[in-house]
Amino acid sequence: MSGGINWRGIAAIYFFEIHRFGRTIWTSLMTPVITTSLYFIVFGSAIGSRMTEIDGIAYASFIVPGLIMLSMFQESIFNASFGIYMPKWTGTIYELLSAPLSAIETVIAYVGAAASKSMMIGLVIFATAHLFVDVHVAHPLLMLGFMMLIAVSFCLFGFILGVWAQNFEQLQVVPLLVIMPMTFLGGAFYSIHMLPEPWRTITLFNPVIYLISGFRWTFFGKGDVAIGISISVVAAMLLICIAVIHWVFKTGYRLKK
Amino acid sequence: MNSIISVSGLGKAYASGHVALHSVDLDIREGEIFALLGPNGAGKTTLISIICGIVSPTSGHVLVNGHDIIRNYRQTRTAIGLVPQELHTDAFETVISTVRFSRGLFGKARNDAYIEKLLRDLSLWDKRDAKIMELSGGMKRRVMIAKALSHEPRVLFLDEPTAGVDVELRKDMWNMVRHLRDTGVTIILTTHYIEEAEEMADRVGVINKGRLVLVEEKDVLMRKLGTKTLTVHLNSPLATIPDALAGWDVSLGDDGRDLDYRFDARAEDSGVPALIGALGEAGIGYHDLSTRQSSLEDIFVGLVHSGDAAPEALAEGTGA
Repeated sequence: MSGGINWRGIAAIYFFEIHRFGRTIWTSLMTPVITTSLYFIVFGSAIGSRMTEIDGIAYASFIVPGLIMLSMFQESIFNASFGIYMPKWTGTIYELLSAPLSAIETVIAYVGAAASKSMMIGLVIFATAHLFVDVHVAHPLLMLGFMMLIAVSFCLFGFILGVWAQNFEQLQVVPLLVIMPMTFLGGAFYSIHMLPEPWRTITLFNPVIYLISGFRWTFFGKGDVAIGISISVVAAMLLICIAVIHWVFKTGYRLKK
Repeated sequence: MNSIISVSGLGKAYASGHVALHSVDLDIREGEIFALLGPNGAGKTTLISIICGIVSPTSGHVLVNGHDIIRNYRQTRTAIGLVPQELHTDAFETVISTVRFSRGLFGKARNDAYIEKLLRDLSLWDKRDAKIMELSGGMKRRVMIAKALSHEPRVLFLDEPTAGVDVELRKDMWNMVRHLRDTGVTIILTTHYIEEAEEMADRVGVINKGRLVLVEEKDVLMRKLGTKTLTVHLNSPLATIPDALAGWDVSLGDDGRDLDYRFDARAEDSGVPALIGALGEAGIGYHDLSTRQSSLEDIFVGLVHSGDAAPEALAEGTGA
């Protein structure tokens, strides 16, 4: 070890995690591709053809950013939570805790690996979308940057979930019962301007609205809310997750007795 | 000899309120095999878990090779390898990849030659590409040892290394531990098998109810605390102890056919000649005599059952 940072330790965990994903690479990649294709066939082609344009964008194209976000939220939370939950469950966490690795290094390794996988899945869905619709990206660099921020934020959130969870059920509950409804109600498939009051106002309390709107902005140059607000919400989420993780490691919460 | 680990005033109270350790002081010498002996729940695992960084101490300090385990955790953890009691493994990984992973995790550059030697020494080389879940329990334990040694630590902790291991494998394990010590690795093992401590350790620490009640050289301990038993095999069985022997610490065994006399082997006057004389005067006939050195087990049982506090005579050995 040199230079004070255990790079080899970070790399060991990162590649261990990537290798774990590699064992299920086909199901990992085929699932989002098939799911996304189904969404395009049902919402894009079957229903979409009867829908009017939204803000001047064809409906099938309109749902592309929302679909990418939907999968990335789920995958990020699932992969990151599983990554840290498994050592807790199998007991191999003893090695992690006894290794010369700082909290930040541990988080960088686990969250970095999970976020890498999320990015890959997001890009695969993006590519799949091209098979069904014309997608033009107004701000490609911002799009990639936004994807990365979302991947990291949700992987941090997933990491916290994995530390918190004490059984497999708890691990599943949050993505399925909290994130999924929030995403569906967060404008993945519609613009909030289509909603009647009071639902439009109520929807504004759902933070996912700002994330999807922001990502959509990078595609079409317009969203339900201003891009500045979207970026602020992502930044806030990132900071809250970092603060919680800082607390987790400081107190040893559910990791260390 | 230098101490490689120095524990002072170490205490641990769990959130539940259970106090697992009460102010433990202990020094481990470089290059020795130290056996931490104690019944289940005595605090053995808590003590080594704190030193390895898995459990946070409530009070006290631990220095490993002069470095504080909290402030300089990178230096201390790099110097330590831990084999926990339970077989915690990544079932889907292969033997060689899990051992390489451990080496990387501890910040060491990849070294295939060293890993090969390690796996050969542990008779795992032929199984290097097998998934861990395909291995037997004994093999899995060896994989855990290989992981613990993968980063070439100076100190190896073995928590109950032979729990649930068959006799054959236990002997292999002992040989392996001795071999490791010969290469300069300091070994701390916890066990509740007295046989194990007696067989392998240079020094023994006895821990009970979170207190270290004794630390002593094994040989000295055996000599110092070892009482001997003289067994007189009688010609005809006795129903009760004759009045002539009332003042002696004797008891009857084997349905009155044996007379057992416990004496202090270190004492100037063991009392044996006088007892023999007394037997002759009382007209008690015997055809054979045998003496037996008490084992570490007898000492251990005596210590653990003597209650919380260590007897004065024993306490002087602690913190050596």
